[in-house]
Amino acid sequence: MASIDTTPRKAADDSDIPNISIQVEFSGGLEMLFSSQRRHSLSLPATEQGTPITIASLINHLCNHTMKDTRKELFILDDHLRPGILVLINDADWELEGEEAYELQNGDNILFVSTLHGG
Amino acid sequence: MPPVLCAICHTERALIKRPKNHQKLCKACFIRIFEDEVHHTITSSELFFRGERVAIGASGGKDSTVLASVLKTLNERHGYGVDLILLSIDEGIKGYRDDSLETVKRNAKQYDMPLKIVGYDELYGWTMDQVVETIGKKGNCTYCGVFRRQALDRGAKMLGIKHVVTGHNADDVAETILMNLLRGDLPRLSRSTSIVTGSDASAVKRSKPLKYAYEKEIVLYAHHKKLDYFSTECIYSPEAFRGSARSLIKSLEKVRPSAILDVVRSGEDMARLVPGATSDSCGCKGKTPSSHASADEDNVGGCGSANGQATGGEMAAMDRQLRENEVAEAANLETEITTTKTTPAPTSTSTSNGHRPDKQRIKERSKPGTPGLPIIPKQKLGTCEKCGYMSSQKLCQACMLLEGLNKNRPEISI
Repeated sequence: MASIDTTPRKAADDSDIPNISIQVEFSGGLEMLFSSQRRHSLSLPATEQGTPITIASLINHLCNHTMKDTRKELFILDDHLRPGILVLINDADWELEGEEAYELQNGDNILFVSTLHGG
Repeated sequence: MPPVLCAICHTERALIKRPKNHQKLCKACFIRIFEDEVHHTITSSELFFRGERVAIGASGGKDSTVLASVLKTLNERHGYGVDLILLSIDEGIKGYRDDSLETVKRNAKQYDMPLKIVGYDELYGWTMDQVVETIGKKGNCTYCGVFRRQALDRGAKMLGIKHVVTGHNADDVAETILMNLLRGDLPRLSRSTSIVTGSDASAVKRSKPLKYAYEKEIVLYAHHKKLDYFSTECIYSPEAFRGSARSLIKSLEKVRPSAILDVVRSGEDMARLVPGATSDSCGCKGKTPSSHASADEDNVGGCGSANGQATGGEMAAMDRQLRENEVAEAANLETEITTTKTTPAPTSTSTSNGHRPDKQRIKERSKPGTPGLPIIPKQKLGTCEKCGYMSSQKLCQACMLLEGLNKNRPEISI
């Protein structure tokens, strides 16, 4: 499994690439890490260095740009999404969709749900 | 990737991959099988009887919300004939419980169940906010956990209810088993694996109908059924999120999803080897009598967010008891060796009063390696001198903690 590169990337090389729009949702307590906002609409370049953008890149983007909380390790651990966080791609478990390698499609709805928080 | 079809109905698109067996299921088949499995746990362990009044320990979180929803569904579908009531505990933490209690209030309407909220202040004379004001943030989880445990029982008693169900899931149980293994606390490990605790020892019986349900599936069930639940992190223990046992379990699950139920099963098997203790694996494998766990010792997690974790404070508070347990345990292990000569190997049904005679013998045979340590019986079930709540010590844990608190009550606390 390719690891998630957490170093911020410059936006300059993305300038001529068409964008795709996706909806990202956080629940189960994760929204607390993302300005307590459940839904985020994102526009991302459709490709990255010539290959279609994957969920791994999305997670990287969320961590570097969307997440204001400094506790990055609550979202990314050892270069991967923290175990215990479920990902649903258009309501389907990402384990059925290739996990981090899934290539994002325009209009996708990506839900991140924490199983780690208590009641 | 072409859509995968459901392994059961072969018509709908699979949306769920089950951690326990990698089965790919559609939404409807997943919901049905999840409910069927909880039904299996309930019937094979004979958790309920017709006409029983059952309180659901409800926090507004995912586990207890799913428990309430599933129990309502199953009660209607299979005609259990049980009377379900939501029981919530208000620890008295401003800005933490308020929202989740609002969720429970909505749940009460959604599931058409009566709701009883019991506050720490009315039970103990202290809110958690006041406790923290007095002792600081360190170690307050111990207080909260001990108080919570009794609060559910006391709340049930107030309602005249003898059975409390909690939302503990397979991940919680696996976590607690690991923690007790790492502490070397086999007696508690044994108790933590039981699906039912405290039934014959106390007035209030506890059970965990979701004991074999993966946390992942609980969250997915809540999501696909669009259940109204609240997630939060206790404001007094933000580090609870990084709980080491929890992280370990989740990392294991990532590599090998069956690991969680495997740990639960290993715990059950180990529990059967603990002298004087019993554990029940899924009831269908053969009924075993419920354990003699006293409620105040069955330490399945201090608080909802810090299940099974030991904070420094908790360790300190439990230190005395652990020491006693260790001694008693060592002695018990030795007894085990002597009894195997005369009696057949202990089976899952060797239980109950095997305890006391063993101790008599232990007292006669002082253990060579530990001359200075007195051997204290670890479980002599009595009642707390102060509150009458059942306890294995002179004072129950709550009263012990309260005694310390009341000594330190700041004079300016008005």
